[in-house]
Amino acid sequence: MRYLLLIAGNESQMQSATAEQGEAMTNEYAEFGKTMAERGVLQGGERLRFTSDATTVRVRNGEVLATDGPFAETKEQLGGYYVVECKDLDEAIEVASKIPGARTGSIEVRPIWEM
Amino acid sequence: MTAEVEAAVADAFHAEWGRVVATLVRLTGDWDLAEECAQDAFATALERWPGDGIPRRPGAWLTTVARNRAVDRVRRARVGASKEQAIATVAPQPEPGEPGESDLGEDEVPDDRLRLMFTCCHPALSFEAQVALTLRTLAGMTTTEIARAFLVPEATMAQRLVRAKRKIRHAGIPFAVPPAHQLVERTAAVLAVLYLLFNEGYSASSGADLVRRGLTTEAIRLGRILCTLMPDEPEALGLLALMLFHDARSAARVDSAGDIVVLSEQDRSLFDGAAIAEGHERLAGALRLGHPGPFQVQAAIAALHAQAPDYERTDWAQIRLLYDRLQALAPSPVVRLNRAVATRYVLGPEAALAEITPLADELDSYRLFHALRAGLLTGLGREEEARAARERALALAANPAERELLTRRLSL
Repeated sequence: MRYLLLIAGNESQMQSATAEQGEAMTNEYAEFGKTMAERGVLQGGERLRFTSDATTVRVRNGEVLATDGPFAETKEQLGGYYVVECKDLDEAIEVASKIPGARTGSIEVRPIWEM
Repeated sequence: MTAEVEAAVADAFHAEWGRVVATLVRLTGDWDLAEECAQDAFATALERWPGDGIPRRPGAWLTTVARNRAVDRVRRARVGASKEQAIATVAPQPEPGEPGESDLGEDEVPDDRLRLMFTCCHPALSFEAQVALTLRTLAGMTTTEIARAFLVPEATMAQRLVRAKRKIRHAGIPFAVPPAHQLVERTAAVLAVLYLLFNEGYSASSGADLVRRGLTTEAIRLGRILCTLMPDEPEALGLLALMLFHDARSAARVDSAGDIVVLSEQDRSLFDGAAIAEGHERLAGALRLGHPGPFQVQAAIAALHAQAPDYERTDWAQIRLLYDRLQALAPSPVVRLNRAVATRYVLGPEAALAEITPLADELDSYRLFHALRAGLLTGLGREEEARAARERALALAANPAERELLTRRLSL
């Protein structure tokens, strides 16, 4: 089964991180990506720019409305994602638990609705 | 004859329902189909056993009938051809509707109930859903019965079960015993569900709550099954022992008027000796495994209460030590409160009051905190404060029986 792992965390903490902290985190993610790619579960994933760079788009009465910011103001923000192919939810939980961001933020595991 | 057959089917239902459903879930992957086919199999037993006689191995008979029914249904629905194939390859097929006793020996039917327990109690499901699924699929309670036991509308309970089964399917919750590195946490989740079932039943006091009382029986039954399936799991044994010790006192716990009788006033001749004996046996088995845990410690405490000749001659010193142990394993203000009860009999009310005073904030809305505090203050002759504490406890009483008990004490 395929799952989307959504990585949520406190952006402002990330923004205030020192250069060393930022580099350490990047290395941890690189390590995670390498391990999971070798294991064959990783299908894709990206880091996202901060929500201050987000634009939300709606179409109302045929008019495109673009506004600054994410869907909703929340305590944790979406910072990145992975798409993984796992045997079952237990494996997806295990993979999610190894994402570095799981230790400071949280990971939402969403089964992909295969069409 | 008919009565005998009905009794045999009822016995088989308690003993085999979970096993039949579990096997069908494994074979078909379809929880609704599994339940429906299990139901059909029991209906068929009611029709057939009066004429054919009760089979030597009812469980194997029922599983075979249910499986044949599943194959029929899948075939008739003409969907999921691969599903039918999967069933057909696992099952050496006897003639549909003609299960012979030799079709399946007990050894050939793998016991899938442990997988079913772990799946029902998967942490990805809400706790309410875990409880409802366990009662439906393992204990065979109907949605109506479960709804009544948890005092929610039937439609709510039905919806809860539908959602839970849908999540199992959509999210890919596995039908499996978790791997070793997850086993401890996942076993704790199963035990938590069984303990909640037991407590829900145990807290139901009067005859009007008969459905809820039945939950204690189901919890003990499931606890026994779990111990059979996980014989090396000390906390499963500990929980079973704990439930048995509590249940042994149930006849003494409520008087003829339906009012709660507190432990100090219970007629110990009403305690169920057989249940206490089994409790000791299970607890001894758990302790031999050498991995203490919260349920084992609580069972040890309950054992001391069950075996004491009366309330005063209870081994309070030992109980106090056990609460210290429990506090180290699973810290909670309620554990500290219970320890203070023992302290009262070991060191006196003043020491006990000193122990519970720091808990005042955390336990302010907990009835038993105020009830104990009232008792201790009375013991110290501080009547004004005692009365205020009693009134606070009374205001927090959960059900009429508890209120009645406190009112009687208040008037003393």
